[in-house]
Amino acid sequence: MSSIIIDRRRNSKGKSTVNRERFMRRYRQQIRKAVNDAVNNRSITDTDSGEEISISRKSLSEPFFHHGEGGDRDQTHPGNKEFVTGDRFPKPKGGGKGSGSGSGDASDGGEGVDDFVFQINRDEFLEYLFDDLALPNMVRKELKESNEFAFRRGGYTSAGAPDRLNVIRSLRGAHARRIALSGKDRKEIRALKRELREMEVSPDDTDHSRAEEIKLRIKELNEKIKRLPFIDDFDLKFNNLIKVPLPSSSAVMFCVMDVSGSMTRDIKDMAKRFFFLLYMFLQRNYKKVEIVFIRHHAEAKECDEHDFFYARETGGTVVSSALTLTDEIIKERYKPNEYNIYVAQASDGDNWEADSPKCSKVISENLMPFLSYYAYVEITDRHHQNLWHEYKKLEKEHPEYFAMAHIKGPADIFPVFRELFEKKEAAV
Amino acid sequence: MTESSSAPLFTGSEWSFELVETVDSEIAKIAEEFGLDTYPNQIEVISSEQMLDAYASVGMPLMYNHWTFGKHFLSNQNSYQRGQMGLAYEIVINSNPCISYLMEENSMTMQTLVIAHACYGHNSFFKGNYLFKAWTDADSIIDYLLFAKNYISKCEEKYGIDAVEEVLDAAHALQSQGVNRYKRPVPLSADEEKHRQKDREEYIQRTLNDLWTTIPLKFRKEEKVEERFPKDPEENILYFIEKHAPLLETWQRELIRIVRKMAQYFYPQKQTKVMNEGWATFWHYTLMNELHERGKITDGTMLEFLQSHTNVVFQPEFDDPRYSGINPYTLGFNIFTDIKRICLDPTDEDKRWFPEFAGNENWVEVLDYAMRNFKDESFILQYLSPKVMRNMRFFTINTKEENPYLEVGAIHNDEGFRQLRQNLAAQYNLGNLEPNIQVYSVDTKGDRSMTLRHYRHNRCPLDDASTSEILGHIQNLWGFDVKLESVDGENIIATYPPPTKGGDNKAA
Repeated sequence: MSSIIIDRRRNSKGKSTVNRERFMRRYRQQIRKAVNDAVNNRSITDTDSGEEISISRKSLSEPFFHHGEGGDRDQTHPGNKEFVTGDRFPKPKGGGKGSGSGSGDASDGGEGVDDFVFQINRDEFLEYLFDDLALPNMVRKELKESNEFAFRRGGYTSAGAPDRLNVIRSLRGAHARRIALSGKDRKEIRALKRELREMEVSPDDTDHSRAEEIKLRIKELNEKIKRLPFIDDFDLKFNNLIKVPLPSSSAVMFCVMDVSGSMTRDIKDMAKRFFFLLYMFLQRNYKKVEIVFIRHHAEAKECDEHDFFYARETGGTVVSSALTLTDEIIKERYKPNEYNIYVAQASDGDNWEADSPKCSKVISENLMPFLSYYAYVEITDRHHQNLWHEYKKLEKEHPEYFAMAHIKGPADIFPVFRELFEKKEAAV
Repeated sequence: MTESSSAPLFTGSEWSFELVETVDSEIAKIAEEFGLDTYPNQIEVISSEQMLDAYASVGMPLMYNHWTFGKHFLSNQNSYQRGQMGLAYEIVINSNPCISYLMEENSMTMQTLVIAHACYGHNSFFKGNYLFKAWTDADSIIDYLLFAKNYISKCEEKYGIDAVEEVLDAAHALQSQGVNRYKRPVPLSADEEKHRQKDREEYIQRTLNDLWTTIPLKFRKEEKVEERFPKDPEENILYFIEKHAPLLETWQRELIRIVRKMAQYFYPQKQTKVMNEGWATFWHYTLMNELHERGKITDGTMLEFLQSHTNVVFQPEFDDPRYSGINPYTLGFNIFTDIKRICLDPTDEDKRWFPEFAGNENWVEVLDYAMRNFKDESFILQYLSPKVMRNMRFFTINTKEENPYLEVGAIHNDEGFRQLRQNLAAQYNLGNLEPNIQVYSVDTKGDRSMTLRHYRHNRCPLDDASTSEILGHIQNLWGFDVKLESVDGENIIATYPPPTKGGDNKAA
């Protein structure tokens, strides 16, 4: 009876992965809350780290029947120094009965119980962050040269990877080939055999030398047939796969940010945080959404991601310039029948007086007919100005397609973001 | 012994598979000389991550999936990564073959220690102890786990993770109420005896007094005796629900059964902590010393071993900040060691206390008998010697509900030994530690509500918050209202859910 020694170190160590997932699934609400709290405390560029999540232990408890406080107990302890039978002490006050109660009450007293703390990684963090968010009104636009394909079975080929070998087809082919190639010979064998049999019927007039000759010939032919390969390279048939393009929903998001002089550093920072969230959200949840960055003061300019977040030029404010530019870009590059078009605009609401009606006009006449969604956030802690009131009218005219929200301070950014992009399945 | 092969088996601290193999066969040889009867061993070397995984699934090599294991994993992982917690050197599973895990981080000395401790100590205990024999089936546990895992994942596919989780959560809450304890009549108190006496008197009166029988039937104030269901209170709540819950589907009953079976499998381990660990510790100590005596391990190894052995059997005293109850390793090790001493070198006191085996030269046999036929409670009651009580300086603190003070009860002196031993044994009686809750009745004719009863031991009440929560779980399984009465003798002291708030139980 000797022992068996096994090296298990190579075995997977992810045995608990499923259970970990189950845990996360069960406490989704709490984890999401912790994530939402955390996002307000993070710097906007800090997206590479995970997060420490803490959940109150109370909500995690798994109850079991156990004794509470009170009753008569006799506890035996080690390490007596000077006690003798009959010594008395006042009962300790409060919850915990002191250490060593031994009754197995893990949560005895319920005081000072730490939160349950654990780590989640970056992907999980983002998943919880953008959980239940979606671009609204997204519809499948027409097939274009999308890069999404599905492979479907379609016919057979004579070349392919061994794992796609079609055995039935291949053997059938081989069989057919063998029949075809040996047909003439087998016909001859049949004829010769018939002749041989006739000879046997009347053995008297048999020409023995002829019989020998026939036998030899049959043998020769049989050998020839046998030499035909059972299966040959060109018998092999493989299942063919063909690429079928899938309809895809392409979308483009216009990020329009006001960088005019009235936008203070703080406001700009908040606007950037808002767009950064949007940017992360799109990148993570939509692989094929194109993003167009537009920054504007008195005039608008399309820029790249880096300039959008880091460039510093500034000036007066003409909001309509950005909207007109948006309109031009749409006409030029994004056909509305191919794209879901989204616009997100952030501003402090401070616009050149006469320009606001013009904005309204551009939006409702040129843009709205083609847009899936227009989201406007106003970042200011002062009174709303004419742009807000102008937009209010638009919101009424285009419910579900036009949304606006107000950000007062950094703490509002994520809630507002969530509000604007919450999945609205209940409304359907 | 073979003098020729007295060169040490290893000198460095690095281990290798060959070394583990030689050490194992050497220990096996010695263990056999001592008559240790074991299942075949399957020694598996694992990494620390795998150890964490094993921790999370209650040490079992495979386990069904449930969030609670994920929770334990996250919590262990967190404290391990922050260095707040070390990992055990080994985990051993009561199965045939007996699976033991060795951590790859261990030094060769530690591997030797672990092999002696787990593969020969625990292993022989699993095979020999009557509780394990009666309650667990080492041959089939792994197969059963596999079945359970597959069955549960199939249920998840079919009925959804949430539905399965709900049943498992509820069943987990009732785990300790999922075993049939050995029913032991509680010694009657004087008070109860009086009650009984009265009952008996009444009974005799009724049967004797002829007048009773002459009163027409309808005048007799006869209590309508309702037939109770179940006839006798059922202590295995999970079993009762599995068999009698009206609305459960077959698969749900099977899930409950799985949890019940697991609880039953672990039940002996709960009852033999002191013995099991004490036995394993005693044997690793004995085997390591034997190896050293035969020159199989070096002095350095011996020192390293003694250091970890000392850590294992370290017992902080009650006023030490590290104190968290009695260390089962220490208590068990001390008792077993003392049994050996009593056998080989008895004092007069020992002869008075243990006349059956004091001076019995065959200590291996005495130990073997002790290992096979007891559980913690009875083991302590039978074998805890005055010397061990003296050495560990045990004392009892009595707490009475009505007294505003704690009182020191028995201490380690001649007058106190017996009482102290009883107290300590009672402390390991699961019947005292876990509330005694039974299915008392089910209203089969009416609203099918179930009444549970908690029989108070030493007037200990139930913990309010958790009790209400568990009732919610039971209600989920039972499908109808569930009520719990906490009784002391015949008096109902408390009911759950509290009667004042009627709407509360719906929220649960």
